[in-house]
Amino acid sequence: MSEENAAQGPLPVVDFLKLPEGGDPYLEGHKCKSCDAIFLGERNICSKCGTRGEIGPVKLGNTGTLYVYSIVHRSFPGIEVPYISAIVDLDGGGTVKGNLIGVDPDPEKIEFGMPVEVVYKDALGRKDKDGNSYTSYFFQPRS
Amino acid sequence: MTDAYVVGIDMIKFGRFPERSVPDLGAEAALLALDDCGLKIQDMQALYCGNLGQANAMVGQRVLQEIGQTGIPVVNCANACATGATAFREAWMSIKAGVYDVVLAVGVEQMGRGLLGGGGGGKGIPKEGLLGSGTMPAVFAEAGQEHARKYGTTFEQFAKVSVKNHHHSTLNPKAMYQIETPLETVMNAEMIAYPNTKLMCSVNVDGSAAAVLCSEKKARELGLMGRAVKVAASVLTSDPWQERDLVMPDVNTCTRKAAATAYEMAGIGPEDVNLVELHDCFATAEILHYENLGLCKDGEAGRMIDEGESALGGRVPVNVSGGLLSKGHPLGATGIANIYEVSTHLRGEAGKRQVEGATVGLTHVIGLGSACALHVLEKVS
Ligand SMILES: [Zn+2]
Repeated sequence: MSEENAAQGPLPVVDFLKLPEGGDPYLEGHKCKSCDAIFLGERNICSKCGTRGEIGPVKLGNTGTLYVYSIVHRSFPGIEVPYISAIVDLDGGGTVKGNLIGVDPDPEKIEFGMPVEVVYKDALGRKDKDGNSYTSYFFQPRS
Repeated sequence: MTDAYVVGIDMIKFGRFPERSVPDLGAEAALLALDDCGLKIQDMQALYCGNLGQANAMVGQRVLQEIGQTGIPVVNCANACATGATAFREAWMSIKAGVYDVVLAVGVEQMGRGLLGGGGGGKGIPKEGLLGSGTMPAVFAEAGQEHARKYGTTFEQFAKVSVKNHHHSTLNPKAMYQIETPLETVMNAEMIAYPNTKLMCSVNVDGSAAAVLCSEKKARELGLMGRAVKVAASVLTSDPWQERDLVMPDVNTCTRKAAATAYEMAGIGPEDVNLVELHDCFATAEILHYENLGLCKDGEAGRMIDEGESALGGRVPVNVSGGLLSKGHPLGATGIANIYEVSTHLRGEAGKRQVEGATVGLTHVIGLGSACALHVLEKVS
């Protein structure tokens, strides 16, 4: 069953996480050439300005700042808590949501605007029904 | 264009009724609203029905199957937590357009318990707790934290919203809960998603509310102007594009847009509003909407809750019904239940929680995704 169907290496957790062979992982945005709006995931029409067919891929930055967060203490069954749900503005544009790691889940320890970097790791051991493992992205404080 | 009036309106006491059906709950509110103005289902020219959980199952027609299948047009609406207000607005538009002169709007919902949102789906592996959180308490915690980031709003200030609304609900026999929750109790309750504790999250309940709307001519003809409430503005917006849209739903811009339009339509300013029922799905949200609705200047919402300006007896009482936090939040019914609350005050019939001398009230709901509906209601002088 599962292990045989599993792909060679880990898969990206979302389409906009790129795992180039022999290169470093990165997050990919799609930018409107007309108004510079940045989207996550591929699309053809810009929902900011309505321009069609003028959207192309851009490599997003690996550093950014924490915009806001919540410390989640209750989630769905089987989801380990607590964790920090963070919204991060990436340097160079684009805003991404993910887990903030490497800092205590305590409001005293977390500051709005704190510098963070994007790191790429195994997706907390989660596997799909075919046994595939996944690479995810996380944020951690940057000194 | 004619003005539109609410002539009959009511809601059931919110609660948990697992043994009942959605049409049954909707029918009860419909009959209450009809009885409130002494009209019959045969007098209604159309039905606008709001329900989310069974949005594909002809709830409006099934309500009529309970109380009278008169063959009138039925429109079933779904618009997230703005569902009930959207059904009401459709009813209002039909009167304004002169297509009908007396119509019925019903909002109804039957809910499960527990967390909403973030359930995953999609391919691959579950993303909840891996790519942050999509649960509603966390989403609205993050929206509140944006206010904290800008203005230094504290956990305690957010918690005070819950203290206030739970206190208000002790005066409302139709609220799900009538329990005082002191500040320490709210702040020490189980933390769900910081800064929202369990007592700072709205209650998932079953409920229904309904309204009969009339043109001015018809209301006079029927002798119903005495307790009529004028719908001075009805506004619906969706969320315009925002930079952080993809990861952070914006409940502010659509509310601000709607408020500007509503005040202009009604020919009033926020200073003229005597009471507000707004979308306190989480305590953090209420703080944002003080500013979004112009009840105070930007950055002053924390001071407003500290100084009791939004409490019963204050400058502009907010969620005197107990709000979604304590009255309960049956999604499709909430919008019309808010209109019931404000109408009851304008009629001077709100008993112990009456906002004295109220002549203008505002109702507000947000459906995430997003839809914002505002109604300005005025006492008929
Ligand atoms: Zn564009």
